[in-house]
Amino acid sequence: MTTTSTSAATPGFLRRWWPWILIVAVAVILPFVLPPFRLNLLGRFLALGIVALGVDLIWGFTGLLSLGQGIFFALGGYAIGMHLSLNSLEPGQLPEFFGLYGVKELPAFWQPFTSPVLTFFAIWVIPALVAGFLGYLVFRNRIKGVYFSILTQAALLVFFNFFNGQQKLINGTNGLKTDTARIFGELVGSDAMQRTLFWFTVLLVIGAWFLCRWLTTGRFGDALVAIRDDEPRLRFTGYNPTAYKTLVFTVAGALAGISGALYTVQSGIVSPQYMAVPFSIEMVIWVAVGGRGTLLGAVLGAVLINYAKSLISEQLPETWLFIQGALFLLVVTALPDGVVGWLRQGGPRRIQEMLGWPPRAATYPELDLDPAVLAEKREIEARRSGSTTVQGDQP
Amino acid sequence: MTDALLELRGVSVSFDGFWALNDLNLALAPGELRAVIGPNGAGKTTFLDVITGKVRPTKGDVFFRGRSLVGTAEHQIARLGIGRKFQTPRVYQNLSPRRNLELAVSRRASPFDLLFSRLDSTSRDRVQHLLGVVGLEPHANRLAGGLSHGQKQWLEIAMLVAQNPELLLVDEPVAGLTDEETERTAQLLRQLSGEHTVLVIEHDMEFIRDLQAPVTVLHEGHVLCEGSMDAVQADPRVIEVYLGRETD
Repeated sequence: MTTTSTSAATPGFLRRWWPWILIVAVAVILPFVLPPFRLNLLGRFLALGIVALGVDLIWGFTGLLSLGQGIFFALGGYAIGMHLSLNSLEPGQLPEFFGLYGVKELPAFWQPFTSPVLTFFAIWVIPALVAGFLGYLVFRNRIKGVYFSILTQAALLVFFNFFNGQQKLINGTNGLKTDTARIFGELVGSDAMQRTLFWFTVLLVIGAWFLCRWLTTGRFGDALVAIRDDEPRLRFTGYNPTAYKTLVFTVAGALAGISGALYTVQSGIVSPQYMAVPFSIEMVIWVAVGGRGTLLGAVLGAVLINYAKSLISEQLPETWLFIQGALFLLVVTALPDGVVGWLRQGGPRRIQEMLGWPPRAATYPELDLDPAVLAEKREIEARRSGSTTVQGDQP
Repeated sequence: MTDALLELRGVSVSFDGFWALNDLNLALAPGELRAVIGPNGAGKTTFLDVITGKVRPTKGDVFFRGRSLVGTAEHQIARLGIGRKFQTPRVYQNLSPRRNLELAVSRRASPFDLLFSRLDSTSRDRVQHLLGVVGLEPHANRLAGGLSHGQKQWLEIAMLVAQNPELLLVDEPVAGLTDEETERTAQLLRQLSGEHTVLVIEHDMEFIRDLQAPVTVLHEGHVLCEGSMDAVQADPRVIEVYLGRETD
């Protein structure tokens, strides 16, 4: 199924791009193969891949372990949720839940969400601003490591409790339903709409991946790795890590917001449960299992773990937490760079060695073109010609 | 007094009542090469921490080109032209030597500069040149974490040079190096002085002698004496606190 579109491609091309070819092929074909329920699940999990990319950016590359990404995820979800609650109302009508609490007039902060354009920006700008603000305060005061993690989790709890308690503003614990709302005249929960949303999610995952790749491969990415590995050293080189960390945390916040919005429209509800403590920790687990510091690993981790969770929970509801714990233990003890990191660092080769099949040794041209080997060769030749200068033919 | 590039006036640092530095006075002229020695706990590293802004002096003041450095952030001090090499080689393990140097050589260090502009060709040439100088050209594109100890030391020295600071603070540059490497390091630092001001902290007496630089002896957080290596070694006070310690 992948070869038809790349019949002219070289093996090198395939080796480099196979994940993308696979993803595009899967994205095009799946909606016609999978039943709507399964497709919807996959779309949701792909949406989670975007928040995982953000976690990878700040944790895998920059070393900031945030346990509070749920804040930004939920903010994005609420932004689209509020818009959809208002979107299909008759003029003068209020979303239903307001009636339950005796609210007669739309609260002022709801007003901007009547506009699709403002909502489009609110989905990622609001989480980004909140992340930037929180991040700046924390990073400026040089709070890092465990203290940073605890602080983000505390912030998450603050938001969780606040959203839970605000019945009159955002329907508290119950959250906002989006299933029955309409967007472009189509019911959000309809199969056709969900299919479109699936493709849209795939596009955004790819977009987010390219954004993260751009951020992590150039000199900026080097600075992020330098912050992770030795922040004081970078400071003494004339860099201000606060600016870098704040920026990258802001980007991760925006990605979480987009992820939350996509997840909301595909699951049909946004509620404070998106800010539950375990959910934000799970995000870290997806990245850890998939491969910290590898962008592909973040997305794959999010999709595969969630799919496994949903399949296993259907059969054996009680076992999932044990499996998740085992996965995390496996990564911590045996695969510190996750599955993708393990593959990239020659994991299969080590298995091969363990089984007693000798792996192919490096030969021409790799060995002969190795710069270290070349340098040594030159050195040996120089030494040899130095000791035999009598017959040497140097100019 | 004002012609000194770096001047410490009565600097004292207290860590919970322990005085790591105690009324330290020291001046460095532009282009000078200076060695600082002292027994363990003499305050050598704290002394560098104070200059580079990591530690704030409890009392006293530090002047660089006549401007007080107290209260200035580390990265700003670095941008003023003070570079530092650490005691144990600190290179970015998960970046290649080339990338390490590219971070150090960059004059502009804001996130947006790094995102939207490429490293200019003079800087790239400089990186290439420095890789050659420290003999890391063949390993330029591997991860620095895989380099040998000596190579890491040299990479960090190269990073310091790449930064092109006016004042180089070098903490134990030859710890763990072979004799040949030590000799080459001394040669390199001698070359750098003149154009740069260099302050070296070291335990290796042979190396200090190789540097042919005036020596400042620190003891219990203040300057015990200054002079040439021979004069310092003959000073009875130095023999007592430092060199004579082994014969106790």
